[in-house]
Amino acid sequence: MKYENLPWLILFLPLISAAVITLFTLRSKTVSSLISIGAVVAGFVMTVIFVNANGMQFSGETSLQWLEIGDLKADFGLKLDALSMMMLFVVTGVGGLIHIYSYGYMHEDRSMARFFACLSLFTFSMLGIVLANNFLMMFISWELVGVSSYLLIGFWFEKPSAGDAAKKAFIVNRLGDFGFLFGILMVWGLLGSLNFSALQNSITANPAALGAMATTAGLLIFCGAMGKSAQFPLHVWLPDAMEGPTPVSALIHAATMVAAGVYMLCRSLFLFNADSLHVISYIGGFTALIAALMAVQQNDIKRIIAYSTLSQLGYMVMTVGLNGPTPAMFHLTTHAFFKALLFLAAGSVIIGMHHEQDIWQMGNLRKKMPITFLTFTIGTLALCGVPPFSGFYSKDAILAQAWEQKSYLLFGVAVFIAALTTFYTFRLFFVVFFGKEKSDHAKHAHESSLVMTLPLVILAVFSFAGGFIGITNNYGSQFVHEHETFSAWQQFAEPFHNPFPMVCGLVAFAIGFFAALSLYKNATSDPLPKKLGGLATLMKNKFYFDEIYEATFIRAHDFLAAVADWIDRWILEGAIIGAIRGGTDLSGRALRLAQTGNLQTYAFLFVLGVALLLYFVLGK
Amino acid sequence: MEAINNLLSGSNVTDVLFYVFAVLTLLCAVLVVANPFSRNPVTSAMFLVLTIISMSGLFLLLHAFFLAAVQILVYAGAVIVLFIFVIMLLDLKEEQRRKIKFFGLAAGLVSVGIVVSIFLKSLASIQPNVAEPALEGETYALGKLLFTHYTLPFEIVSVLLLVAMIGVILLSKKKLE
Amino acid sequence: MHIGIQHYLAVSMILFCLGLLGVIMRRNLLVIYMSLELMLNAANLALVAFSRFNNKLDGQVLVFFIITVAAAEVAVGLALIVALYRKRQSAHVEDLTSMKL
Repeated sequence: MKYENLPWLILFLPLISAAVITLFTLRSKTVSSLISIGAVVAGFVMTVIFVNANGMQFSGETSLQWLEIGDLKADFGLKLDALSMMMLFVVTGVGGLIHIYSYGYMHEDRSMARFFACLSLFTFSMLGIVLANNFLMMFISWELVGVSSYLLIGFWFEKPSAGDAAKKAFIVNRLGDFGFLFGILMVWGLLGSLNFSALQNSITANPAALGAMATTAGLLIFCGAMGKSAQFPLHVWLPDAMEGPTPVSALIHAATMVAAGVYMLCRSLFLFNADSLHVISYIGGFTALIAALMAVQQNDIKRIIAYSTLSQLGYMVMTVGLNGPTPAMFHLTTHAFFKALLFLAAGSVIIGMHHEQDIWQMGNLRKKMPITFLTFTIGTLALCGVPPFSGFYSKDAILAQAWEQKSYLLFGVAVFIAALTTFYTFRLFFVVFFGKEKSDHAKHAHESSLVMTLPLVILAVFSFAGGFIGITNNYGSQFVHEHETFSAWQQFAEPFHNPFPMVCGLVAFAIGFFAALSLYKNATSDPLPKKLGGLATLMKNKFYFDEIYEATFIRAHDFLAAVADWIDRWILEGAIIGAIRGGTDLSGRALRLAQTGNLQTYAFLFVLGVALLLYFVLGK
Repeated sequence: MEAINNLLSGSNVTDVLFYVFAVLTLLCAVLVVANPFSRNPVTSAMFLVLTIISMSGLFLLLHAFFLAAVQILVYAGAVIVLFIFVIMLLDLKEEQRRKIKFFGLAAGLVSVGIVVSIFLKSLASIQPNVAEPALEGETYALGKLLFTHYTLPFEIVSVLLLVAMIGVILLSKKKLE
Repeated sequence: MHIGIQHYLAVSMILFCLGLLGVIMRRNLLVIYMSLELMLNAANLALVAFSRFNNKLDGQVLVFFIITVAAAEVAVGLALIVALYRKRQSAHVEDLTSMKL
């Protein structure tokens, strides 16, 4: 392996950048942002150099011993293979573009330097997850990602809603991480190692190594992914996380962090047995379905995209559960491109609309913001799976996987979700860019600056071409050993190998598109609530998940807290501490009597003491 | 010297002398602590002098000639003079005879009881030395031991005296404004 | 009965007890101080007796040191008493109870 030390540099540059910004350049917006952007762009360039030197098809590790406590040997090591390389490209590439975009988007913000410090910290943590060669290091980075996500969601902490959203995201993630940690400990206890390669070898050597705990361990580890990738029932934090700045939504809550769960599942796929995969696939499918239904009735431009993200994440998790890591990672990559694109374009719209996010205040923006419109269109088409956009290929791979695994229920759900996706995306598309201007802001909207539109254009190119530039080849070699390498043309024609899922996907698109066209072309208000009635209210209120949690878990939590408070106040503080304090006080008062202040009493006691001492030394 | 040595060798004479000095010492000590005729501290101090002088007699009987001399020089000559001097300086009135407190009496008796019991206990474990003691507390031998084996403590004691001197000066000096 | 170490120790013990009684029962600081001297002398007597009957001079060396230290102690102690008297106009232990709460 050439340039073995380069990945270390890629990993630590953002951390150094975060440290430098925090310690030295917090006063200068420009210097801070340039440092941060420089770190991630340099990371991307180094990734290109590294992959050029080694090729995509290799596998290696480089590690330092970090600590050794008894049986626990923890390495600080990097796993370098096709999987981590592709993720490296996504994180540094898409991340880099979003960094550049942020320079334009955040330009007016007072705390821009702090923003970039957090962004760099996030990039470091994310790279840590991607490159980790063992569960411990992954978990540490996992938590760091949680922290930086907290910092970034709550970036505008003076807004109470942002602070609440940050707390919610962090706490919900903790719930998942709790399970994840348990799963890691269980795996370590049963297999005696945390290193991915070592674990894989021992599972391959003895498939029953996990024994009866296999399903439990698998599901506990999946808990981690459930939190990070916002799967039902822990999905509630992701929509609220849109309180953060839009580039954050694009970077963390669309392209990278939420994908970490899916990545982790693929990385440790060997740990899951058939039962746990089954559960995973159904949770993924269910999440995708409810998220898509919720998206249909949202009016906030970012929230629609957020629910769409949830739904697509559900897709990926479902695919992993259907034993298809290759299509899942493929969709993850293309999704990173087009979802980041959609978010950034939405951010551009929001800036153009002077921070108005309600789609029913927009309209007819295609003339005011041509570049944004064009790139948003490409993102929409990719998300809806229109050939030959990247989304078409990855979505088709997912549908084909479901079909081939003979999981017809999930296949049906997936096709239905595809139709829903098309419907709500085009609803957004028509309402925002077509029809009449519905507010003054929309009339005076303007195109964003070059620093913001350039990343949009680059991402648009990848959203278009991501399907046939060889992404599957790279992932394929990771998971299937006798994988044949396709040429570009073969990749282009790949969906035709299995025409039925492809036809289903296209029909779903057509249904969704025409439904949206008939309902929302030139609409000034949403006609759907009248037609669907109660169902629409249900969708609009996100199936009342927040309210249900409020009524059950939070109530229960409050009750427990009250009990704990009572115990603390009356038993710990009242009884135990009170007894100790009272006892000390009482004995103090008693002993005070011995202090007569009379010299001769002291002399007498002195004699007694000496006598006692002599008795013990000589008398016995 | 020869004459005293000969005198001391005679066992009967020394026995008688021991009892004389011992009784004198204890009697004077009683009068130091509790004089039924006078409550004046000066009287106590004077009886302390007598105690010390008769004790140096005991020292002589134990052949500790140098210490006997030092005892009289330091105690009778210096310490007691200091006491008297301070008593005069403070101009203490003859104090009123006060009632002995019950607690004080009890504490004193308990303490004495303890000391006596320790003494009796240790006395029981003494093995009588059959051989006649032959040690001569000659000044020469004592000086030799002091300046060879005990050089360091000797020097430290000199420092202690210096420190005490400085301390006393500081303590008794009136505050400088 | 020939005079042995027991006799000297008995004298020393009685002297010590007298001193102790004085320290515990008398109230005049100066007399207490003299009683202390008595106790020191009792110790000296015991040491000299031990030295004589064990054929070792070290006991006498120790007595020498004790006399020296006692001299220093008397000087400092009396200076303290004088200082105290200046402040309180009294040399009675019962008047010196400021350590009592």
